[in-house]
Amino acid sequence: MAGAIWAVTESGDDGLKSISFEVIACGQALAEALGTPLEAVVMAADGSAAAEALATKRVDAVRVIEGPALAPYTPDAHTAALAQAIEAESPSLILFPHTYQVRDWVPRLAAEVDGGFISDVIAHRVDGDGTVFVRQPYQGKLNSDVVFTGDGPNIVSLQLGAYLADDAAGGDTAAEIVKQPVDLADVASRTEVLETFQEVADRVDLSRADVIVAVGRGIGKQEQIPIVEELSEALGAQLAASRPVCDNEWLPMDRQIGSSGQTVTPKLYVAVGISGAIQHLVGMKNSGTIVAINKDPNAPVFSISNYGIVGDLFEIVPELTNQIREVKGTG
Amino acid sequence: MKIAVCIKQVPEGDARLRIDADGISIADGDLATEINESDQYALESGLRLAESQGGDVVVVCLGPDRAEEAIRRALAMGAARAIHLNDPAFQGGDAAATARALAAAIERENVDLVLTGLQSDDAGWAQTGPILAARLGWPSATLIMEIEPEGDTIKVKRELEAGWFQWVRLPLPALLTIQSGISTVRYATLKGIMGAKKKEIAKVTPADIGLAPDEVGGAGRKTRSTRLYEPEKVTGAEIIEGDTATAVATLVEKLQKEAKVL
Repeated sequence: MAGAIWAVTESGDDGLKSISFEVIACGQALAEALGTPLEAVVMAADGSAAAEALATKRVDAVRVIEGPALAPYTPDAHTAALAQAIEAESPSLILFPHTYQVRDWVPRLAAEVDGGFISDVIAHRVDGDGTVFVRQPYQGKLNSDVVFTGDGPNIVSLQLGAYLADDAAGGDTAAEIVKQPVDLADVASRTEVLETFQEVADRVDLSRADVIVAVGRGIGKQEQIPIVEELSEALGAQLAASRPVCDNEWLPMDRQIGSSGQTVTPKLYVAVGISGAIQHLVGMKNSGTIVAINKDPNAPVFSISNYGIVGDLFEIVPELTNQIREVKGTG
Repeated sequence: MKIAVCIKQVPEGDARLRIDADGISIADGDLATEINESDQYALESGLRLAESQGGDVVVVCLGPDRAEEAIRRALAMGAARAIHLNDPAFQGGDAAATARALAAAIERENVDLVLTGLQSDDAGWAQTGPILAARLGWPSATLIMEIEPEGDTIKVKRELEAGWFQWVRLPLPALLTIQSGISTVRYATLKGIMGAKKKEIAKVTPADIGLAPDEVGGAGRKTRSTRLYEPEKVTGAEIIEGDTATAVATLVEKLQKEAKVL
C-alpha cells in the first residue's frame, strides 16, 4: 500500500499561513484520484493552533513536527526535521506551497533524501501515464508536462494561486492529530538569523487603489516614465511597476507589484509594456478589469486580461491619456 | 576570496520560441541567447567581491557548444577563467542531475563562495543552487539582495515575501542565490572582450570530474518532461483592433459601458 500524500503547510510568526490551504486543496484532489490517504503536516516551534485549524479539513491525519529549532526558520533545521520524518513514514508524495521559504530549503531536502522535485506546478492530472504535473517554463510562455522517473521520495511545490484555498473541503469529524517525533538536538543550524524587517516603513499602499497603471520593461528607459505618469494622472490612478522597472530604479521599489512586491485587486488595472511573467501576474491577476498594452501578441499578460491592444505603447498610451481626459472632462 | 559563479545560457527574453520536433525542447537553430538574467547579477556580485576582497572569479557553466558564447561574455565582463561542462551525457538533466555535475566540478576548485542566480528564465526550477550547496555539504541562502563579507563568515540580506527582508550570517564556504536587481550589471568593455579571447575555458566531461555518464544529464535525472506545448488560452483578452485612435476609442467605450470602470 502506497504511503500517504503529505500536504506540508507553512507557519510564520503569525501562525499558519493561508497559502497552506491551497496545498490541502491539491492534496485532497490527488488523494481522491489516487485512492491514497492525505495527511497535513505542520512544522513549527509550537504547532498546536495550526494543527487544530487543519484538523477541521478533510484529511486523514494532521502530523505535527515540533521543536524550538524550527523557529526562527533556518534551512538546516527544517531540512533535518522533515528528512527524519520522511525516513520514518515513507510518504508517497510530498506537496509544498512554492513560497520563497520553500525555495530556500526544499531543494536541499530533495538532495538530502535523494528524491525528485517538480517545482512551481500549476496543475496536475492522473491518467494512463500516472500522475502528471504541469509547469510553465520560459517565464510562463509555454506549458510542460513533467513526471517523476523514480519511486521517490517525490516532492512537488505548487505555484501560489494555482489551487484555491476555498476548495479545501472540511471534514465530517476532526482529524486525528499525531505528533511526529524528530530529534533535532544534534542539528547545529549554520544560518544565524540576525534581523527581519520591512524596508520602507511608510511605503505606498497600492492595495487600496481603485485604479492602477502599471509599467513594465517595455517602457525602455527612465526618461519615458512620464508617458505613463500622465495616463495614471488622467485616470486618477496609482502608478505601479513590474520588477525590472524597479530593479533599474526607474520607479521606487515600493511601487512594485508581484510576488516580491505588493498584491493588488483594483477595479481597473492597466498593464503597459508588461509581458506578464508569473511573478508579476500573481500580484494582480485578481483585479476587476485588466487592460494590457503590449507589442508582443503572445505576451502572457493577454491571457489574464479582459481587453488588449497589441501595438506600440508610445503611440497608444498618449492617445489613451488624451481620450480619458476628454471623457473625464479634464482635457 | 575565491569565488565560483554558475551561469546558464538561456533564450533571450523576447526571443521567439519554437517547439522542437522532439516535442519536449525549444528548437535551437537561430535562437538568440543570453546569460540568464539573475546569473548576470550573480556574476556582477562575484566580480565586485573579488575586486573589494582580492581574489578572482571562476565561471562554471553546463551546456552544449553554443554555451561558449555566454562563457566568453562572462570572461569579457571580468571572470578569470571558466569551466565548461560540455558533453552529450550532461544534456537533458533536471535540476538534480545538473547540480550533481556542478558540485563535482566545483569540489575540485578550492573556492570560498559559490554564487548562482535565483532561478533560470527557461526551466525556472529555482532548485539548482540549493541542491548544489547540499551536495557540497555547505550552508546556503537564497534571494540575496546585499552581501557583506566578514572574514570567515558572510552577512547577507535575504528577500522575503511582500516587502520583508532578513539579514542572516553564514560560515564560509557557502552558496548564495542572487536576486535580480542586487546591483547594476556592468557591460563588457572592448578591452575585456579582447582579453577574454586569451582566457582559459576548461572543457570538462563526466569522467574528468569523477562521475559516471549515467549519474548526470538525462540518465541521472529524477524528473522527466514528457511534453512542451503552447498553453491553452482559456480566458484570453478581447484584442481590440484598428488604428491607434480607433482602437483606443473602442477601449474607452468598453471601459465605460461594458466594464463600467470609467
